[in-house]
Amino acid sequence: MKEYSFFPGCSSEHNASAANMETSVRSLCKMLAIQLNEIEDWNCCGASIGYAGGGVIPRLSLSARNFALSKQQQGDKDLVATCAACWLSMRETSERLAHEPEVKAKVNLALKEGGLTYDGGIKTRHLVEVLIEDVGWDTMKAKVTKPLSGLKAAGYVGCQTNRPFGVAGDSFENPQYLDRMIALTGATAIPFAKKVACCGGALMFSEQEKSCQLTRDIIQCAVDGGADCIVTPCPVCQLNLEVYQGKINQLFGTSFNIPILYYSQLMVLSYGGSWTDAALHQQVVPADVMKKFV
Amino acid sequence: MTYDLTFAKEVYKNSEEGHWIKMCMQCGVCAGSCPLGFLGAWKYSPRQIFQMVRAGLRDEVLTSSDMWMCTSCYNCIVRCPRNLPITHIIHGLARYASVQGKADPKQPTHQFAKDIFWENIVATGRVGEAALTMKLYFKDGIGEGIKQGLEMKDSALGMLKAKRLKPLPFRGKIKGYPGFKAMLNKAFELENKKEGKA
Repeated sequence: MKEYSFFPGCSSEHNASAANMETSVRSLCKMLAIQLNEIEDWNCCGASIGYAGGGVIPRLSLSARNFALSKQQQGDKDLVATCAACWLSMRETSERLAHEPEVKAKVNLALKEGGLTYDGGIKTRHLVEVLIEDVGWDTMKAKVTKPLSGLKAAGYVGCQTNRPFGVAGDSFENPQYLDRMIALTGATAIPFAKKVACCGGALMFSEQEKSCQLTRDIIQCAVDGGADCIVTPCPVCQLNLEVYQGKINQLFGTSFNIPILYYSQLMVLSYGGSWTDAALHQQVVPADVMKKFV
Repeated sequence: MTYDLTFAKEVYKNSEEGHWIKMCMQCGVCAGSCPLGFLGAWKYSPRQIFQMVRAGLRDEVLTSSDMWMCTSCYNCIVRCPRNLPITHIIHGLARYASVQGKADPKQPTHQFAKDIFWENIVATGRVGEAALTMKLYFKDGIGEGIKQGLEMKDSALGMLKAKRLKPLPFRGKIKGYPGFKAMLNKAFELENKKEGKA
């Protein structure tokens, strides 16, 4: 059993927008003997747009509080996130605390007011890194009992799982890890030109039409390539591509109805997990194309 | 034309990562990498904004809505041949424009990020998605809110049915909320000194 400290993030909470990711990730980790110990009483990481209200020190204090709690509760265990924005915020905070003594000192003055302190030392990682580096491709592949043969998936990496930090030494322009994950489940990863294009992120809330133009292009590219579904590691990508399909159809006269799934949902199903283990009952665009694999 | 470096020096000192603007060689790779550039969402690209900072165009830069068009995709960062943290410089300028009272309070991303999103997390310690959506829809009054709500009705019902949205827009505070709030108060005190507000 491999053990990690775990930061689920706000969208992975019960009844939140990425509850399907959380459920499928939990199932996946159980199958791969990974134990995720949730940090008790964690707070929001500030996400991509925390800069506007939070500036530097308040924004970085958010992740620093989670680091301090993680160290208190879990010692030096690596801190794992599943959400792209959470992972990015944590990586950014840990790098800035490590390289900017003045920032670290100020953040600690703030933490002290809440009875906490953080001197550094915790490694922050994305679950995908844990899967690739600690579990390994061979073990991930060996677990497959029900290959998703014939399924054509567009591997959509998106932005923040890929930039600015990246996963497993992969390239920014054409990362391979997600296609490899799709392939190990027995499905086919179609060539997908919009693999690392932007879905609009949080601007879906404030610039909806512009963001819908971006998501339309991404979905169209997948549909043109013959994809049965789009697969992503990122909860914002998943939400923007899935929940706004109706709006996109209305704006652009398209008739998209393509399921947007997490890599974890594909893996769980290929490992013999149930429909609910994979949280496929929690899709807004029904994942009917997956029913034949249960 | 002579350059007035007063504004540039102000940005180098007070705006997050602003000092990196000195290093920009005006190649325009950032402009060509921005997903919203292709949609004509901004008037000035990051490259142009940086040159405007160096040219002392304080009002033009700080009142621009262009910085608020950043989706945080980080394409410009990984492609910049000089490795400038462009995304963060743009975020920093947006925040600085807000702090200086120059950013339009009704600019949609400014309003959402600062008044709705940040206030939402500060209220309990975590994002309350239902409350966040409600506040966003009703930001321009009840009529507009109902209209927005009806437009997104099918999506919202789909999310409720999938158990990915709370039926009521309320959430409790995290247990350590008093400490969390005290931490943020102190952090803002330190931040205000740096930004030249206090």
